[in-house]
Amino acid sequence: MSSLELRGVGVRYGRFTAVEGVDLVVPDGSVTGLVGGSGSGKSTVGKAVVGLAPLTAGRILVDGADQPRRPGRTAVQLVFQNPYASLDPRLSIGAAVAEALPKARRAERAAEVARLLGLVGIDPARAVQLPEALSGGQRQRVALARALAARPGVLIADEVTSALDVSVQGAVLNLLRRLQRDLGFALLFISHDLAVVRYLCDQIAVLESGRLVECGPTAEVMARPAHETTRTLLSCIPALPARTAPEAT
Amino acid sequence: MAATTVRGVVSAEPPESFARRLRQSLRTPIGAAALAAALLLAALAVAGPVVFGDQASKIDTSAMNQGVSGAHLLGTDSLGRDIAARVIVATRLTLRLGLSATAIGLVGGLLLGLAPSVLGRRAGRAVTGVVGVLVAFPGLLFVLFLATIFGIGSTGAVLAIGLALVPTLARLIQNLATSVAGSDYVATARILGVGRFRIVVRHVLPNIVEPVVLFAAQAATGSLIAFAGLSFLGLGVQSPDYDWGRLLNEGLSRIYVNPASALAPGVAVVLAGLVFALLGEAVAQTGGRRTAARAVPAARTPVAMNADGGLAQTPADVDGDALAQLTHLRVSFPGGRTAVRDVSLSVAAGEAVGLVGESGSGKSLTALALAHLVPYPGHVQGVVRFDGHDLLADPRSGRRLGAELAMVFQDPMTSLNPALRVGRQLAEVSEVHLGQSRKAALARAVDRLAAVGIPDPERRARQRPHEYSGGMRQRAFIGMGLMAEPRLIIADEPTTALDVTVQKQVLELLGRVRADSGAALLLISHDLGVVAEVCDRVLVMYAGRVVEELPVSRLFQGAAHPYTRALIGAIPTMTTDLDRELATIPGRPPEPGEEISGCAFATRCAFARDRCRGELPVLAPAAGGAGHRVACWYPRAGDGGTVTDDTDTDDTDTGITRAESEAVA
Repeated sequence: MSSLELRGVGVRYGRFTAVEGVDLVVPDGSVTGLVGGSGSGKSTVGKAVVGLAPLTAGRILVDGADQPRRPGRTAVQLVFQNPYASLDPRLSIGAAVAEALPKARRAERAAEVARLLGLVGIDPARAVQLPEALSGGQRQRVALARALAARPGVLIADEVTSALDVSVQGAVLNLLRRLQRDLGFALLFISHDLAVVRYLCDQIAVLESGRLVECGPTAEVMARPAHETTRTLLSCIPALPARTAPEAT
Repeated sequence: MAATTVRGVVSAEPPESFARRLRQSLRTPIGAAALAAALLLAALAVAGPVVFGDQASKIDTSAMNQGVSGAHLLGTDSLGRDIAARVIVATRLTLRLGLSATAIGLVGGLLLGLAPSVLGRRAGRAVTGVVGVLVAFPGLLFVLFLATIFGIGSTGAVLAIGLALVPTLARLIQNLATSVAGSDYVATARILGVGRFRIVVRHVLPNIVEPVVLFAAQAATGSLIAFAGLSFLGLGVQSPDYDWGRLLNEGLSRIYVNPASALAPGVAVVLAGLVFALLGEAVAQTGGRRTAARAVPAARTPVAMNADGGLAQTPADVDGDALAQLTHLRVSFPGGRTAVRDVSLSVAAGEAVGLVGESGSGKSLTALALAHLVPYPGHVQGVVRFDGHDLLADPRSGRRLGAELAMVFQDPMTSLNPALRVGRQLAEVSEVHLGQSRKAALARAVDRLAAVGIPDPERRARQRPHEYSGGMRQRAFIGMGLMAEPRLIIADEPTTALDVTVQKQVLELLGRVRADSGAALLLISHDLGVVAEVCDRVLVMYAGRVVEELPVSRLFQGAAHPYTRALIGAIPTMTTDLDRELATIPGRPPEPGEEISGCAFATRCAFARDRCRGELPVLAPAAGGAGHRVACWYPRAGDGGTVTDDTDTDDTDTGITRAESEAVA
């Protein structure tokens, strides 16, 4: 569908440099994990791609064409971290999804909203409900359905599971992975959880103080981290005492 | 499983439209009173001039300046006109003027207030600047200024008062709109290419309507009084028209002769103002969505908490050595929401206990109950003992907690006071609880900051929290807990808000502090990995009850409760099989208000049988060994748990997969 390319991307707020000189390619139909500690600028990169953060240097290309500097309808969609803040509390979830749909007749819209809600595992009959009637995981599914409604070529998922319980996290990640494989969009998955990134991503990019310090295929980076930051991130995963791995059976 | 979810939520919470909520809030005492009074006022305004018009304008030279009498309830004026009738007739004009002025103010305020959201950045900034200047202008001066420009008379007064309302309303709306405009959902709408105007109409306005309505109601009251004032000064309504202000003006000259003639229009102004305020309140209540009498299913949760079985099987009851002990703790909130249903736990001196559960499991409230900090209107039942003292029975013993119990909260951004220097905040603890002098306390604070690994503690003690990084703030807060000699540290999700790299440091610090001070630790977390790293013993909570208690050494291999096992299975690790879907737990946990018969986990459990759904399992020793107890009728067997663990996660996983692939198809 689409590929995303960042060339020398920099973001500055006044005198504060949030991101500097980031070169990254998210190839068509693949998943790139963007990891880093808090304040490393990983969310800012995502925001810059959709025009929510001011691009002060470099270019952002989608399928070779420059992304507009201001937010507007493009081939890129972003799903925010906190599903409690990213859905309008006064808008029914059906209306929220419908807002993202391309212009069409009312009947078609209703059918499309139902299809999308079904796609993310929400009963279409709940389209009339307000977000407050939904749990965090369900809200995040709705946010995902809304992003998909815009038929993105590139999807940016900014810490989409870190506000969720671990039991819910799995379901959202499974869904995201399945949708990515079925629909074939390029996915930039921003996270601090390397275990999750390892599960989901084809390649990993590591940010540190706004700079890209390591980038490569997931398995390789995990096995032979080249940069100190990557090694620190890897060592900081709380070690779960060995338990029987599923493949043991 | 999907059916469970849908049934639970759909039936409990039907979608609530604004109209529906408005109807609900009009049924509350305030709403009903507001509605009745508003209808009465409207009726007076509509029918008053028709019914009493003649009487009010009939000049009767034989009855001039009369006092209160049977024929004239409030007396007559200098032309012998009935004052009571005039007050009633004046309702229409007064309300019309007040409401039109408010309408002018509201429209102007909305236009100016929303303009920055619709216009570009530069034009928006200009509008904001203009409003800022206008707000700085004194209101009364502004009215008088405008009234002079527009000339004397009611039209001029309406324009003057209406326009004078614009700046403040515009500023309020601007501020509200800005906060909404900064929200993630507006950002999403922008990415989706929704136009600015549409964003304002769909997203901004609905989310700011309540405070604006409330303010407009207040403004209406204010403008009633302003009109009375202008008319009283002779700048407002001119003869032969009259509103309450003019009547007040006429009556005041005779207040010593006939007090009623002056008081009546005054009372009318006050009453009408009250009606507006009430109406605003009722509408605002509609907006406060959760307060407006959401039909909570009547609380029929069992009050007696499995008294026989529970009591018999709780060693905590007889544990005399426990430092902190909760017995049959129950925390409930009005409306039948019971967050903690029945929890018994004990922490021995020097022990590290982990309390694990998902959001809504009641783990935080359990910890808060132990620290005597359950927020109002939470109701705590059961026995809470700390160091042998019953905290619930003897409230004064709660004072001991200040020195002997340290609490670490999740968000170090909000747990430190941003206005005070960090050293000062720490020192306060010793001053209050240990009676130390200011200087000694500050020295201790510096010492404690050093103890929690803050570099250059003397300089850092003089800084304010915003100069600290998140991890340092959490360290400082832990240091605050160490100002006295705590015997128990309660840490509620101490690392959730922190970076992974910082998380590790804070956990190490907690471990070191415990080793140094010998304090016990109660660590509340949703993260099993965190708990496993720090604690000796783990309690797993689900739906307000402890479902399993076991030594950490057995957590990952020997857990017996299907929920614990599912929770462990759901954590992605560095060895997770990439070709399979992640394990999940289908369904959702019960709501705090929900009535549960039997095991709360039964609806999500792959191994549930009839007994699970009908009978509540209590904590009983598990087969695994000492210190392992589980509340399950059919606990999963044995060490290793290779096979069962696997089928467990597999089952749940395919459950969700099936439902969703159907949806996809």
